[in-house]
Amino acid sequence: MPTQNFKGQKIWQRRTGRESLGHWIMWLIGVAIFAYCWQQISAVTTWFFVWDAPRIADDIWTRATPPRWGYITQLGEPIWDTLNMASLGTILSLILAVPVAFLAARNTTPSLLFIRPVALLIIVSTRSINSLIWALLLIAIIGPGVFAGVIAIAIRSIGFCAKLLYEAIEEIDQTQVEAITATGASRWQVMAYGIVPQILPAFAGIAVFRWDINIRESTVLGLVGAGGIGLQLSSSLNVLAWPQVSLILLVILAAVVISEWVSAKVRGAII
Amino acid sequence: MSEVEALIGKPWRKPPFIKRPWLRWTFILGFIVYLIAAYITIDVNWYRVYEGLERGKKFVLAFTNPDFTTRSSDIYEGMAESIIMTIAASVVGIAISIPIALGAARNIAPLPVYLICRSVIAVSRALQEIIVAILLVAIFGFGPLAGFLTLSFATIGFLSKLLAEDIESMDKVQAEAIKASGAKWTQWINYGVQPQVMPRLIGLSIYRIDINFRESAILGLVGAGGIGATLNTAFDRYEYDTAAAILLIIIVIVMALEYLSGVIRARVQ
Repeated sequence: MPTQNFKGQKIWQRRTGRESLGHWIMWLIGVAIFAYCWQQISAVTTWFFVWDAPRIADDIWTRATPPRWGYITQLGEPIWDTLNMASLGTILSLILAVPVAFLAARNTTPSLLFIRPVALLIIVSTRSINSLIWALLLIAIIGPGVFAGVIAIAIRSIGFCAKLLYEAIEEIDQTQVEAITATGASRWQVMAYGIVPQILPAFAGIAVFRWDINIRESTVLGLVGAGGIGLQLSSSLNVLAWPQVSLILLVILAAVVISEWVSAKVRGAII
Repeated sequence: MSEVEALIGKPWRKPPFIKRPWLRWTFILGFIVYLIAAYITIDVNWYRVYEGLERGKKFVLAFTNPDFTTRSSDIYEGMAESIIMTIAASVVGIAISIPIALGAARNIAPLPVYLICRSVIAVSRALQEIIVAILLVAIFGFGPLAGFLTLSFATIGFLSKLLAEDIESMDKVQAEAIKASGAKWTQWINYGVQPQVMPRLIGLSIYRIDINFRESAILGLVGAGGIGATLNTAFDRYEYDTAAAILLIIIVIVMALEYLSGVIRARVQ
């Protein structure tokens, strides 16, 4: 226990002298890095705009309220497109993620040395790139539209779904698998009767969870031209139609809240 | 007994995932109807897609031969800006989210504070980064300041919520022991609560730095600074080799951060 002598009395200290010195140096380095970063940011900032910000914010607020409620009639189709992008993207990504997950899980992969790293690479690379970037890329390749959005959502979700799924596969109860194997089942029968029933609840949970995230992401995919309600948002922003922007933001907020509620309900029912 | 008798002699069948038959069939039917409706309404220009495959092949090939050099100064500047934004926003976001997390934990904060902090968290979580970025760019002008504010704001919602949950599930005994020794409120937090949630706080913070970096890569698309603008330009010019180089850098940094966070989390826990 680190103590300090104070007028002949031992006083408890949380850290030894060396530890607190280390802490102090770490804090110093941290603060220095932060100060440097802040300096870099402030060097490229036009401070006049920042001081003017309250007035601008007030101006935008007065322009944006009240929302143009009548515009909602034109939002039906974009919302349907957004829902489609999220749902079809999720379905597609699940179809792609299941084999990847089985190849990546330690206990089901055919080869630990060659195939597992490839599967892990697929998981990491699809996960680390945002769906907006995937959409940007796919629009350049297959042209703008909902289809590019579906594919972008699908690719982006592979990594997430496959990662959660392979962790679920690695955590299964091995005794059940052994029991099925002991009956003389083939490799595929073991898969179907020993492994799949154990991961099915996890699979359903992951699907709904990712669908919820995808609804969120697909609302903004239109900003780069992939269809859905984001397209309406970006065209309204381009013509500075703030009342329309505020209505679209409210619709997006409602969609996000509803999808989160649905996903929480369904996951609550499964688990 | 009759149930068992009815089963005798019949071959075993897998029990269905959803037990109630009407619910199961509603799900399946609804799913099929939805798929058909969705398929009809999405008009895919297959000819355009077919044409695009050539470009897709070019892009995939670009990954085998990424071009780091032609636009190296743009890439370097964008990357540096992304990293700077990430660090600054993570520091500020974490610093703000700690008091909010304390306020959002029901076993520490009084009800009015709890409600205020929870509503801050709810607002921050409901708004997506990119939409916040659009608004902040409109207000503060182009540049990394808008991105920095966006990421800080998003960090608050994420970190406060998870940290508050951890504080709520902490061991009360330790906190009470500190209180019983006559500690002031700040001492109580510092010696009774903080040591219990520190491993989780460190883990979450590192995870959030990882997320912030990934998000900072797209903020440039709406003018909020970072590598996104460079990436967007590369796509617009069909310079797939430069785009591939940027994407590879992003992937490598994310992988490095993930590895680092794994090591640090293993050490603190």
